Amino acid sequence: MTGTGALRSIAVVGASLAGLAAVRALRGQGYDGEIVAIGAERHEPYDRPPLSKDFLTGRCAAADLALGDPDEDLAVDWRLGATAVRLDAHDRGITLADGTEIRADAVVLATGARARQLPGTGGLAGVHTLRTLDDAVALRADLAAAERLVVIGAGFIGAEVASSARSLGLDVTVVEALPVPLAGPLGVEMGTVCAGLHADHGVRLLTGTGVARLLGSERVTAVELADGTLLPADVVVVGVGAQPNVEWLAGSGLELAGGVVTDAAGATKLPGVVATGDCAVSFSPYTRRVTRTEHWTHAHEQPAAAVATLLGGTVDNPRREYAPAPYFWSDQYGVRIQFAGHRTDGDAVRIIEGHPDDRSFLALYERDGQFVAALAMNQPKLFTRWRRQLRVPAAAPALMTPGVSA
Amino acid sequence: MTHPVCPLSAIPPGEAYRWAVEPPVAIFHTEDGQVFAIDDTCTHQDASLADGWLEGCEVECPLHASKFDLRTGRVDAPPAKRPVRTHAVEVVDGVVHVTLSTEAPNLPPGPAVADSALTDGAK
Ligand SMILES: Cc1cc2nc3c(=O)[nH]c(=O)nc-3n(C[C@H](O)[C@H](O)[C@H](O)COP(=O)(O)OP(=O)(O)OC[C@H]3O[C@@H](n4cnc5c(N)ncnc54)[C@H](O)[C@@H]3O)c2cc1C
Ligand code: FES
Repeated sequence: MTGTGALRSIAVVGASLAGLAAVRALRGQGYDGEIVAIGAERHEPYDRPPLSKDFLTGRCAAADLALGDPDEDLAVDWRLGATAVRLDAHDRGITLADGTEIRADAVVLATGARARQLPGTGGLAGVHTLRTLDDAVALRADLAAAERLVVIGAGFIGAEVASSARSLGLDVTVVEALPVPLAGPLGVEMGTVCAGLHADHGVRLLTGTGVARLLGSERVTAVELADGTLLPADVVVVGVGAQPNVEWLAGSGLELAGGVVTDAAGATKLPGVVATGDCAVSFSPYTRRVTRTEHWTHAHEQPAAAVATLLGGTVDNPRREYAPAPYFWSDQYGVRIQFAGHRTDGDAVRIIEGHPDDRSFLALYERDGQFVAALAMNQPKLFTRWRRQLRVPAAAPALMTPGVSA
Repeated sequence: MTHPVCPLSAIPPGEAYRWAVEPPVAIFHTEDGQVFAIDDTCTHQDASLADGWLEGCEVECPLHASKFDLRTGRVDAPPAKRPVRTHAVEVVDGVVHVTLSTEAPNLPPGPAVADSALTDGAK
């Protein structure tokens, strides 16, 4: 693969946040050849975060979720409702589910992730996961006629669904297998603070509790916990994480390890193929780890780096690593939670503003006397100032490059 | 109508002041001494631009980093699509005066989340 000039056609697989950002970056970085964007969902690219928040409560409508801008002319051949089922490494041919073959000089993989299911819960009405607009429409309709909701999993999406359902007047119970929700991303101390929001709003949180099974013949009637407790439920939401949509790439020659493995600039093992967003497992110069990041800002920003890699890294448009500190937000019970950086066990947490009991504070995480992450509740201004101070640690080791030269 | 809002000395250069009218207005005092007023609520979703990051004549939203030009309200970086409404500002005898625009504001979808109204429905 040589510079931009050699590329006449580029296929973007996955037409959501990262896919659209890749299309915009292609045009923004001067690529003027053909772009085919393939998306399994029949909807034009839309924004997922509101699905568990304002869309679920009815405060915004489907039209408000559009990511695209009608005034923007990206000259893209959109293939929506089309699922890619195979990628041929040799000629970068993509086969769609209906048998159509698409040949491209280069490919951007942006197939994201899907909700993980709880084994043995399929086919029972009233049981939902939440990843897509269609999921959200179905859940919203079901919640409208329900009184009791059980949410399985107290991660961010589970907590947001609980919050939204509570604001709609439902009786809500959240069941979490871990002793402390969100202890992974936030640590035990701050995970406990965030989990406290449920009790503030009259939502029961049961932690350290596994789910044995769901009861009901056609429609779910209750959740049975591992200790035998029965939680009556009209609706159950399973929020137990997401898994990457990469099975279709098996046999393509790409390295798959819980996602498509890339370096910090989006390059995969195959020349002319980059991966970005929730489907990519990338080396992060910031955390110095290879991780699959499942946050909006990453899927929004990282594609520009992957596209620069694809376009060949010219003097005007150099190859670049995506290196900023990870960032995400979550809105629960009217409280805005923001986190930036990377936490590991043993980090010290220091509150420098406000108090957790007031649900308004800023906490800094420190390691070896260095500031490594920040968490805020309802402190956007102060948080923004601290977030900007998070930089790639000075002694970052050389880039991990899985067999690709740029 | 022109309103006296606050003394300019109350807004250090590089900072912003959130004026609690309906809808709220953000008044920015740039590092090089200029003063601008725009609607405080981001046109994308619910965030206060006065909480954002000011650089030159541009503010970056604290939630998803949309950028707006303070002079024109134009979107310089997505996800926002619609410009933010601007208001005329004048500093008279050290006091910031704002003339509110009569154009319709570009508010984000849904009622602005100002308080616990969102969460108290269950009680
Ligand atoms: C309910 C919800 C709330 C969220 N809230 C927040 C939040 O508050 N803050 C935050 O930081 N992040 C949040 N996120 C995460 C954020 O939305 C994701 O990180 C982001 O959507 C990832 O974008 P993506 O384009 O990489 O993948 P996705 O959005 O998953 O899109 C991938 C697209 O590719 C399509 N696709 C998959 N396989 C194929 C195939 N074989 N062929 C063709 N198309 C295919 C899929 O159908 C999908 O449309 C939330 C996510 C959800 C679901
Ligand atoms: S709320 Fe301002 S960019 Fe999203």
